[in-house]
Amino acid sequence: MTPELRARLGRLASFFAIAALVAVMTGPSGSNDSPTLGFTQSFAQPYSYFGLFRGQRWMVFLTLALVVLGLHTLWRRGGSGVRSKAQSFRQTFDAPGRRRTSALSALVVVAVVALLVPHLITNPGIQSGIVEQVLAYVILALGLNVVVGWAGLLDLGYVGFYAIGAYVTAWMTGRLPIAAPFHHPVSSFAAIPVAIVFTMLAGVILGAPTLRLRGDYLAIVTLGFGEIILVFSNNLTNVTGGAQGTNPYIPSFTFRIGGIKYLFGNVGYYFLVAGFVAATIVLFRLLEHSRVGRAWTAIREDEVAAESIGINPLKYKVMAFAIGASVSGFAGAVTASQIGVVYPNTFSLYFSVNVLTLVIFGGMGSILGVIVGSVLVQGIAVYLRFYPPSGYQASDLYMYLGALLIMMMIYRPAGLVPSKRRRREIRQAEAGIGHEGDVLLGEQP
Amino acid sequence: MMLTVTDAVVRYGSITALHGISFEVAQGEIVTLLGANGAGKSTTLRMLSGLHAPQEGRVEFEGRDISRLKAHELSSLGIAHVPEGRRIFPQMTVEENLDMGAFTRKGSYGDDLERMYGMFPILKDRRKQLGGNLSGGEQQMLAIGRALMSRPRMILLDEPSMGLAPMIIDQIFRIIAEIRDGGMTVLVVEQNASQALRLADRGYVMENGRIVLADDAKRLLVDPRVRAVYLGEEVESVESTPETSGD
Repeated sequence: MTPELRARLGRLASFFAIAALVAVMTGPSGSNDSPTLGFTQSFAQPYSYFGLFRGQRWMVFLTLALVVLGLHTLWRRGGSGVRSKAQSFRQTFDAPGRRRTSALSALVVVAVVALLVPHLITNPGIQSGIVEQVLAYVILALGLNVVVGWAGLLDLGYVGFYAIGAYVTAWMTGRLPIAAPFHHPVSSFAAIPVAIVFTMLAGVILGAPTLRLRGDYLAIVTLGFGEIILVFSNNLTNVTGGAQGTNPYIPSFTFRIGGIKYLFGNVGYYFLVAGFVAATIVLFRLLEHSRVGRAWTAIREDEVAAESIGINPLKYKVMAFAIGASVSGFAGAVTASQIGVVYPNTFSLYFSVNVLTLVIFGGMGSILGVIVGSVLVQGIAVYLRFYPPSGYQASDLYMYLGALLIMMMIYRPAGLVPSKRRRREIRQAEAGIGHEGDVLLGEQP
Repeated sequence: MMLTVTDAVVRYGSITALHGISFEVAQGEIVTLLGANGAGKSTTLRMLSGLHAPQEGRVEFEGRDISRLKAHELSSLGIAHVPEGRRIFPQMTVEENLDMGAFTRKGSYGDDLERMYGMFPILKDRRKQLGGNLSGGEQQMLAIGRALMSRPRMILLDEPSMGLAPMIIDQIFRIIAEIRDGGMTVLVVEQNASQALRLADRGYVMENGRIVLADDAKRLLVDPRVRAVYLGEEVESVESTPETSGD
């Protein structure tokens, strides 16, 4: 048996194994009477896959395995050709003159689509889903990207700031067991700046003592912070309302100019949050190329070297933390007022991990990537919630997302739309300069 | 004196790394700090560059006590530090690395960039390449160039010859001499004693956290006690050794 043949058989076997595993994982569960039933039923059950195939389950998964194998082979054979074509295509667009016009036209298209979305999608449930599940997550991912992607700090307690933003909104509007500041509840709209300031302060207070830690240690501390906030919101019943959540409903945003009163509905929220997203993009783009952004890059790449050229790492890390936190606080304030209730259970570790996943999926350090990643993943989640295919259960989503993430890490480790820096590294790695492994993992040689 | 260290003691927990060392560097000279592995050279440089404050004693730069300053505060005072292992930013281009060197400066620094390219022509050829893809010698040049971008009055070099081929080491040391000729004060910490002593004006030799020899570089070059220190033999402390003795 030649090594080439052995490698091929190995690939074949691994694809079948993965397909079988997916079949069992998605299949029915066994019972006490017949523990193996679930296993056999996983293959020998009539099944329709998203209404596309009909037949026995094993047929579906065999086909899937063969299709994936075929695609994989195609990619291996013709992949380099496709890639070089894609690159020359990109180069024509990268030409100085064209690049600007193509970027501008893309921007116009996105803006028009963004304006049309709330008019094309009129189902109020989906509309609010887009605001809460997509746009709010775009903001959260943009904020976390500053911390993780730019400053290089692994923050697993990001949900804590979101929770603070939500609770401050509830507090300002007088929806907590404790009295509103000065016994004078304000509108939820007026609570936004306060929520932003509070979360920014929380970022500084948490960051200043802990950001001296590096890498894994910081991840553990932030994880603890998130859990502390969760425990507090659950158990400080006299302050937060406990597990029952806040009561009564937090009012939606209202807006008064003179005698005109505007109550924000789904469309209003959509444009408010979309506007905030646009403003955040502009601000963060400026930030990325500013002195501060360059300091973050230096710290991320080599903290000792950064110090040696006069950068105070702690100062810039705290800054990244505070910026990320304040953005998260805004998202918390908006969702609190739109949903109307703040529940502690929302603020679990899973929430932080979810946002982190969006950042990694889209492309750490890339504004465009993070937005595309969040819109895609969260958009799919909303779509599946409102149009579930037959046989689909809500918890299945995470399995598919998990599989997607694994594929991404193997084939596109720098994310969907990698940042310019990462793309450059990979281009160099393909040209055989430097160590590919180091570049892909983002580690220093 | 540009830099004066007086009776500096550094301890890591219960271990004393520096037992009260004193030395000085005058304006415009190259001074080298020598010693075998574990003699305390790196600790000394960590102390000078603000990574570890001395528990006792003083470090003065141009008459100002800098012993409690943090690493990032030294750059704006006019001290540049080329850390051990070069530590260039691997995923920035050569030019971005140099740009970062001017981080603490206000105003434009295009002239300095051109000056660096004049001093290191190879870096100009590689200006768009990533720092991590350079050879060791080029990285060392880049690290020195980056440090010079802050327009320091004194530069601290930590083991500039580490891991480099002899020919490249010669080149690096010639550059260091050039930098001094431009009016800069240089402190080089080196393990490569003969090379460093040929370059330097004066030298200090360390052993077990103490300075055991201090003399002109030319005299140290022929002093058998330097060799003895490297071979791990006990050498009487500098205080009890008259400078004129030795062969």
